[in-house]
Amino acid sequence: MGGCLRFVPALSRGGDATIMLICPASLETPETMRHVLSALVQNVPGVLAHISGMLASRGYNIDSLAVGETEDPHLSRMTFVVVGDERVLEQVRKQLEKIVTVVKVDDISSKDFVERDLMLVKVKAPPGGQRTEIRELVEIFRGRIVDVGDQEVMIEISGKEGKIEAFINRMRPYGILELVRSGRIAMVRTHS
Amino acid sequence: MATSVTTDAKTLSGADILVKSLVDHGVDVIFAYPGGASMPLHQALTRFGDRLRTILPRHEQGGAFAAQGYARSTGKVGVCMATSGPGATNLVTAIADAKLDSVPLVAISGQVSTAVIGSDAFQETPIVEVCRGITKHHYLVTDVRDVPRVMREAFHVAKTGRPGPVLVDMPKDVQLAAEEVDWDAPMDLPGYHVEDRRARPEQIKQVAAAIKLAKRPVVYAGGGVIASDANESLRKFVAKTGIPVTMTAMGLGAYPGDDPLSLDMLGMHGSVYANWAVRDCDLLLAFGVRFDDRVTGMVAEFAKHAKIVHVDIDPSELNKNKPAHIPICSDVKYFLDQLNEIVSAPPQAEIKEWVKQCQQWKKEHPFKYSETFDGILQQHAIRELWKLTRDRDTYVTVGVGQHQMWTAQFYKFARPRTWLSSSGLGTMGFGLPSAMGVQAAHPNSLVVDIDGDGSFLMNIQELATCYCEELPVKVLLLNNQHLGMVVQWEDRFMQGNRAHTYLGPIRHAEASGKGSGPYAEERYPDFVTIAKGFGCGAATVSKKADLRAALEEMIAHRGPYVLDVQVPYQEHVLPMIPAGRTVHDIILE
Repeated sequence: MGGCLRFVPALSRGGDATIMLICPASLETPETMRHVLSALVQNVPGVLAHISGMLASRGYNIDSLAVGETEDPHLSRMTFVVVGDERVLEQVRKQLEKIVTVVKVDDISSKDFVERDLMLVKVKAPPGGQRTEIRELVEIFRGRIVDVGDQEVMIEISGKEGKIEAFINRMRPYGILELVRSGRIAMVRTHS
Repeated sequence: MATSVTTDAKTLSGADILVKSLVDHGVDVIFAYPGGASMPLHQALTRFGDRLRTILPRHEQGGAFAAQGYARSTGKVGVCMATSGPGATNLVTAIADAKLDSVPLVAISGQVSTAVIGSDAFQETPIVEVCRGITKHHYLVTDVRDVPRVMREAFHVAKTGRPGPVLVDMPKDVQLAAEEVDWDAPMDLPGYHVEDRRARPEQIKQVAAAIKLAKRPVVYAGGGVIASDANESLRKFVAKTGIPVTMTAMGLGAYPGDDPLSLDMLGMHGSVYANWAVRDCDLLLAFGVRFDDRVTGMVAEFAKHAKIVHVDIDPSELNKNKPAHIPICSDVKYFLDQLNEIVSAPPQAEIKEWVKQCQQWKKEHPFKYSETFDGILQQHAIRELWKLTRDRDTYVTVGVGQHQMWTAQFYKFARPRTWLSSSGLGTMGFGLPSAMGVQAAHPNSLVVDIDGDGSFLMNIQELATCYCEELPVKVLLLNNQHLGMVVQWEDRFMQGNRAHTYLGPIRHAEASGKGSGPYAEERYPDFVTIAKGFGCGAATVSKKADLRAALEEMIAHRGPYVLDVQVPYQEHVLPMIPAGRTVHDIILE
């Protein structure tokens, strides 16, 4: 695995500034685990501000946060990746549940789930050998080239975090010009 | 309820609908300060004046604390209102205060019209944004048809579960809009479920079993006992089990303070006997508390040898600061009533020995002060007031600081909701406006604000409200000319270096900590003249021999009254466990 992007509060408590650090995933100890929380929230103005404000003011580490409407337009789904020990996770969950507009919170890490991250990345690809190599790599990673310029290509790729990280590492030598990720979304598998 | 109006053919304005909702929810007093963006609401308030009294505070913060006084002393939802912008931001401190002390409050703010929201309009602040983290819930109402539902939800959320403040921000055009509304619109709170917060039978059995095995149990009772009206249930529990009780600042009154099994307050300025009991107990029964740092000190050392039962209606409090062996998410009253059905006392020989030990400590280390001091000590004034008022229907509010802690120590509260203190946020200036709110709710009771000169000055403008609205609040002003609690810390931990803690002119010797004698050079400001200027009765007292008569005169006075008591500034609140330390570091002298 490569590294993970992690928001670390500048101050342990009360600090509102957040800085982004890149840290090797191997630093994660069994005590501080990554958990995927899935929250169903009322689709009302301010709910995202409320939740992100609560997380920041209580000093929780959030790896990633993705939001989108669900099949019910009154409800949105938020997926959080939280870093911390069991006690931190319990508090994050309870503090989320305490927000009136939060309908339900699930820790889906303990279940069998599918996790995806969508990325768009623009990579330097002058016509010739380099571009061919990139096309091959895109194919191997089951990505797609969605835009082609004179000197660069835009690639769309989705998958689990590890795969995305690996692809980023493969692209680095060619020169990454721009990169955007959706943040992780997740869903529990159907039990048969 | 609202159903009766469904047939009302007349279309009301948003402001009328909101005010009518207040009436329908049983609100009989609102503390409201008008301004441009809340004028339609105030116009509506005049139309409902026969059912809803509007009290005009002299500062929005005063109004919001008055609403808290109303709520804390009755258990009902307190309501305040302010205009947009500065009016709304002036509510913020009292809203944050209500959040930390779990006080049911509905705060209504006027807002600029929806068309100009976000344009930095005159007197516009995004008050909902400002208040997100300090409210239990909040609304920006953008459609007049939402008003009945929003008000129903606001009252429901404020008073159920763990109570707290709800903000309703109401743009002016919504106040003026007149449309047919559905008065019976149901609540839409799919994420709010508090009805099921009840201990399960096996949890009750578990606690009963733990009690049966305990040798040195102690109850640690907090504001949750009072919020759930569980004081009678607690009294029954103690009568059945003989277990001694200590209380938090929010819990005072949950169990009668003058009962032999009361160990008084615990924590930083709690009693020696309460802190020692918690140190030595083998079972800590934590009811409606949150293991606040002012109670626990170093949390890992707190009740280190005890099995902990933690009962609270807010699941996020369980295992937050201190892991419990038996965490129970439950309404405290429900829990205690169920427990009382099956609980039996711990082994008699052991519990007797334990209570004897606690009472021995209580005898050896009572709250004390110098009885021979030639003047009036703060503690003495409070004890005298208690003696004079203990047999009558009395409510006591306080500011924040030394006088607050001494009141907690020396005024023995026999009933819940008779002691009002900004305990979590610790807001100076709480005393006078909250007393005003208590008086509005209990017109025939004696309401005394025991205040410090620093705290009193922070909301002294409310003397005008007391006079003009005929709220005969009494102020027992313990005037030491200093910010006493900060001075105490300066004396204890900063070599007495005075850092802006003297409240008189800077030319005085006391400003640099070089004063001589127990009192400041000259008292400033002249509180008696100020009080009289507001139309209140006032007197000053400095001799111990005159105190009783002065107190009696204050109590007998028909209107609001300020008794300015000269007290020394070198007195420290003891015992004291320094912040973040343990019971072993308790300072007794």
